Amino acid sequence: MNGALTVIAGAAILALGIGFLARRGRQMGLEQWTVAGRSFGAPLVFLLMAGEIYTTFTFLGGSGFAYGKGGPVYYILCYGTLAYVISYFMLPSIWRYARDHRLYSQPDFFVHKYASPTLGVVVSLVGIVALIPYLVLQFKGLGIIVEAAGYGAIGSTPAVWIGATVATAYVMVSGVRGSAWTAVAKDVMILVVVVFLGIYFPLHYYGGLQAMFAAIEAVKPGFAALPERGESVWWFCSTVLLTALGFYMWPHTFGSIYTARSTRVIRQNAIVLPLYQLILLFVFLVGFAAILQVPGLKGADVDLALLKLSVKTFDPWLVGVIGAAGVLTALVPGSMIVLTAATLLANNLYRAADRSAGDARVLAVAKLLVPAVALVAVYFALQGGQTIVALLLMGYSFVTQLFPALVFSLARRQWITREGAAAGILAGVATVAAISLTRATVATLFPSLPVQIKEINVGIIALGVNFLVLVAVSAAMRFVPAKAVHQAYLRWGGS
Amino acid sequence: MRMVRWLALLPFLAMLVGPFFVNRVTPFLFGMPFLLAWFVIWIFISAAIMAVIYRFDPVKRDDQS
Repeated sequence: MNGALTVIAGAAILALGIGFLARRGRQMGLEQWTVAGRSFGAPLVFLLMAGEIYTTFTFLGGSGFAYGKGGPVYYILCYGTLAYVISYFMLPSIWRYARDHRLYSQPDFFVHKYASPTLGVVVSLVGIVALIPYLVLQFKGLGIIVEAAGYGAIGSTPAVWIGATVATAYVMVSGVRGSAWTAVAKDVMILVVVVFLGIYFPLHYYGGLQAMFAAIEAVKPGFAALPERGESVWWFCSTVLLTALGFYMWPHTFGSIYTARSTRVIRQNAIVLPLYQLILLFVFLVGFAAILQVPGLKGADVDLALLKLSVKTFDPWLVGVIGAAGVLTALVPGSMIVLTAATLLANNLYRAADRSAGDARVLAVAKLLVPAVALVAVYFALQGGQTIVALLLMGYSFVTQLFPALVFSLARRQWITREGAAAGILAGVATVAAISLTRATVATLFPSLPVQIKEINVGIIALGVNFLVLVAVSAAMRFVPAKAVHQAYLRWGGS
Repeated sequence: MRMVRWLALLPFLAMLVGPFFVNRVTPFLFGMPFLLAWFVIWIFISAAIMAVIYRFDPVKRDDQS
């Protein structure tokens, strides 16, 4: 076992230990396991919500995107900031409602607001379909990190198995507390590592930040801004808007709202989180530094930019520390996703099918589903193929479709009906699927539009379809006599 | 002081409309490309705006619930 691998293994054992200890002296009922009894103060909620920002996708993908595409990578900074601004106004009422009705999961919220378990099933399915590729991505990233940072001593296949086992073990024992406390270790490590790399690389290789960007500008003019075509300003702004709206629609992020002790905790976090995500800036700097130092990475290999540059620059033990930080960025979000997916399946699908199931039984089912979900993700992670990033983007477009129905449900006078909400979500998801499968863009759908408009993120169209169907169906339901609607509804097997 | 909440629209203008006017690499600002520096500055302003809104938010008082 080489020095780097020892450090990485140490991090995995540390995560396992903290994850087990997090349970300390608590009876694990369903409410403790899923939302920690709604007891977390600002720091832990903060870390759970920040967990969404620092996943392997940002660690490897953020630096890789800066390396491969340049300026367009800035969108990651922008959508987070806007999502936090929205969160200040939107999350407190979600939290209050969830506490008053003792909700455990995101679909629960829709079930109660729209008085429709069927809608809960729809929302759960959308959530699970979106979460699985996200989980696969974490495991794949973990495999890549261990293989590269461990100098190939352990292949990515055993690494994926070990990582999945660790995350599964502490989630089964400690639930969301395990994720929160391992997030503490993860964030301390990633903070130190990323800030160090982001400062060291530009200084070491170029003598300074401005010198580095000047060198890049000399070789690739305009690379550090947005290009004229492709990922243009129009693409950028529409993508930022779309992802900002979708940000809190991820089931695990939505679930982290419930863990807060009070709405004050949530409001304070909206102030600090924009600053915290500036750490991403340092990730970008690493990617930019790699452009002229490890040139020639193409395709999916751009994600290796950070690790390749580290291996080229540092001693094995330091590469090990970087790899350990990377492993934790995979384990923590991975464990949250596993927990959330298992909760959705048990609480919103199993319980919807068997109404007599009590909390104790739902918890038992959820715990059994944890390894099952992990196994499915491991299977896909080992399958290989590049389609994962495509699936992840599709997942993002999927969860964003929950946004209109959610926002309307927060209004004081609710005039959107459950049929409208369900129809809107399904229409939006169907549009996303159709667009993704046919690889349509705005350009192929509307060839006569000016070229700038064609570069708008195609997800906007799905959101528009969703909104129109939602309003149209709700309006129809309001004007059609209630009795006729009820009969039709029963015939369709509604509840 | 509910009017103060409208300040929250500024980050949206800066990040969704701003790029149309500041999409350039030079001049460098704080060693960063101009566009990147624009976003970084606005992240600080956004946090400040949220702090101001929190300070004056009347909702805050019934917040303990």
